[in-house]
Amino acid sequence: MTSPHVKTKEGLRRISIDPVTRLEGHGKIDIFLDQDGNVADCFFQVPELRGFEKFCEGRPVEELPRITPRICGVCPEAHMMASAKACDAVYGADLPLTARMLRELQYNIFYVTDHTTHFYALGGPDFVMGPQSDPALRNLIGVIGKVGVAIGGEVIKCRTWGHEAAGIFGGKPVNPVNAIPGGMSKALKPEERDRLEEICRFMVEFGKFTLKLFHDVVLSNKEYVDLILNGPYYHETYSMGLVDEKNRVNFYDGKVRVVAPDGQELCKYAPPEYMQHIAERVEPWTYLKFPYLKKVGWKGFVGGKESGVYRATPQSRLNVADGMNSPLAQEAYEEYFETLTGDRSGKKPVHHTLAIHWARVIELMNAAERSLELVRHPEITHPENYRVVCDKIPREGVGIVEAPRGTLTHHYVTDERGIVQKANLIVGTTNNHAAICMSIKQAAQGLIRKGVDVTEGVLNMIEMAFRAYDPCFGCATHSLPGQMPLTVWVRDADGSVLTVVSR
Amino acid sequence: MGANGKLKIGMYWASSCGGCDISLLEIGPRLLDLIAIADVVFWPCAADFKYKDVAAYPDGYIDACFYNGGVRNSEQEEVARLLRRKSKTLIGYGACAVDGGIPALANLKTVEDIYDAAYHHNPSIDNPNGVEPQPTYASEYGELEIPRFYRSVLSLKDVIEVDYQIPGCPPQADRVWEAIQAVAGGGVPPRNTAVKVGCTDKTVCDECPREKKLVKIKQFRRPQEVRPEPGWCVLEQGIMCMGPATRSGCGALCLKADMRCEGCYGPPANVEDQGVSMIGALGTLLDATTEERARELVDQIVDPVGTFYRFSLSSSMLKARK
Repeated sequence: MTSPHVKTKEGLRRISIDPVTRLEGHGKIDIFLDQDGNVADCFFQVPELRGFEKFCEGRPVEELPRITPRICGVCPEAHMMASAKACDAVYGADLPLTARMLRELQYNIFYVTDHTTHFYALGGPDFVMGPQSDPALRNLIGVIGKVGVAIGGEVIKCRTWGHEAAGIFGGKPVNPVNAIPGGMSKALKPEERDRLEEICRFMVEFGKFTLKLFHDVVLSNKEYVDLILNGPYYHETYSMGLVDEKNRVNFYDGKVRVVAPDGQELCKYAPPEYMQHIAERVEPWTYLKFPYLKKVGWKGFVGGKESGVYRATPQSRLNVADGMNSPLAQEAYEEYFETLTGDRSGKKPVHHTLAIHWARVIELMNAAERSLELVRHPEITHPENYRVVCDKIPREGVGIVEAPRGTLTHHYVTDERGIVQKANLIVGTTNNHAAICMSIKQAAQGLIRKGVDVTEGVLNMIEMAFRAYDPCFGCATHSLPGQMPLTVWVRDADGSVLTVVSR
Repeated sequence: MGANGKLKIGMYWASSCGGCDISLLEIGPRLLDLIAIADVVFWPCAADFKYKDVAAYPDGYIDACFYNGGVRNSEQEEVARLLRRKSKTLIGYGACAVDGGIPALANLKTVEDIYDAAYHHNPSIDNPNGVEPQPTYASEYGELEIPRFYRSVLSLKDVIEVDYQIPGCPPQADRVWEAIQAVAGGGVPPRNTAVKVGCTDKTVCDECPREKKLVKIKQFRRPQEVRPEPGWCVLEQGIMCMGPATRSGCGALCLKADMRCEGCYGPPANVEDQGVSMIGALGTLLDATTEERARELVDQIVDPVGTFYRFSLSSSMLKARK
């Protein structure tokens, strides 16, 4: 919260958006307007630090897959997996196929759940309800009211089933605890597998439905297409993402590929090499750091081939890849590039910030298809190969996965007992920090000009520049205009009814 | 309660991870029941209400406000005070609000060390001028503020009167739903003295389905070193399970994944300090009749502070390193 006595230069006006909303985490936007009412400057600040890198020191390294997920309880699986992979490297553990597949399966199911949250609860409401619609309804509840309880119920079912799957693997549905150095804490039982297959089959159908909904709601609306293509939401930056050996998108494993704004490959690196490619800057006005591409260099908050600013988003992952590893997602990938660049091969990167939403639903489709493929693999329920016991002397390791919000790097150095001496974490959204600042400023400058009435709706359209990057979770507000009869029974400890609330 | 007869509820995140906000969604289809009886008037992660909207509400406007996360900086304390004023009932939600949670492990370090690791000495940093974030920064056009970083992580009850507390990292859905029903139904008084709800008076051990063979611990082992025998108490197998010193309510979920209890529901009922409780439990479980043998076993325990107080440093007797 900005204090009332904070000074603004004479003659200028300050507009604060505080806090930014419908995202995971904290943030604040300060916009300075000159005397004519044009944007003089704009800052996006992250007002928080927790210090995980320091307090991971002294902890046993095998605990980090359970400690670091508390960096983000919206995407705990991302931290758990990056951390477990770093632990594997620390112990030099070579995982059996079943262990690797179990991790990738759990991770892909999580991806479906997480992307669902963003599309329907965080970013989606801006499109389904309208960018300048009533803020009280511009949320999941508004969306359910508009698309109907039947569809809303499917969305809730996708999330609920996704969390049931997380619980099957990891005990707790939020912050699962099952990834350990060398694999997973338990084997997948055949009856658990059967249930997971049912969940994955549903998710594939849900993916198809979501792609169709995106077409119907966004791509069929001329105004939205115009906003995506011609609005103040466009930056030509480098793109980063994990790819498999065939340069296809992979969320769990592979090498990090970076391409220039024109699509040329800058580098492709394995996790231990990350320090040769990434460096982080510090600014005095925010707690969050600014990573950039070391080989290109930091040139400030600008895009282009000469600037080391990069993005690591669903769009970036599609930009760096030559394709997807599943048929329906591949089809959607080709349509996406055909529409946005005129080249369905995907060689020309897309730079339209709001099109990240489209890339995200393509990834949702991919994650669902990949999950179904993995859950049907005959080795997935192997009773022994879900892990190896670690017997080597621990040292140092780097683990990388694609978090839904960007490439996630965990790097640990331990002593010979496996006690962490040093931890370095480059977290999903942090990769996009510079680009997010640029996008917010660009949107502010494009939308606020002399004579423009700065309404709540205009300010929300500035926030849309941010939401495209940082998904995360959601739900719940205001009344539900569906037809479903609802009754809440409030009982006391003995089970007798205290109150019944119906509508 | 609003003119439409619905409750007004709020949810805020402070020094937390967002997992608590997600855990509220975990109530699944019951969410539809919740929004039928309640309007959300503040929830940054899911709805577009800003601080200025909350500041403009009359005092006591919010019927029930859930505050998750500990208090690590000045903004989190200010928002806690604001929400206290605007809420009839203030509920500390989740391990961080209740006992500091995992971010309170930072209380074992100094602020200088935290800044050093984040901004000066780490493998990827590029900060030749030694820049650090400043509470106030003079930009060309005006000052920019970020909250002051406190010396330690405080629990919510350390800074403000709290009526109820729901422990857990995060709280489990069924317990959350029970707590919401109690508050929503008016079955409990709006003001109270930080009473814990959404949990039981037992320990995780009490609700754990694994068999206790009543054998003593012969050797401590770490998860990557051993495949635990299914169905048998993991603590008896030498894996440092916090079950005996942790309040129940979760249903021993981690044990179902063949992992130890981490202690996320905090100390058991009527116990202030979770670590002391765990040390007491271990005293009766070690296979040691001599002091020397006891020392040998204790030496095998890695990171006792970070293990026994993983979620509860702010409420412990240790509190923080100054």
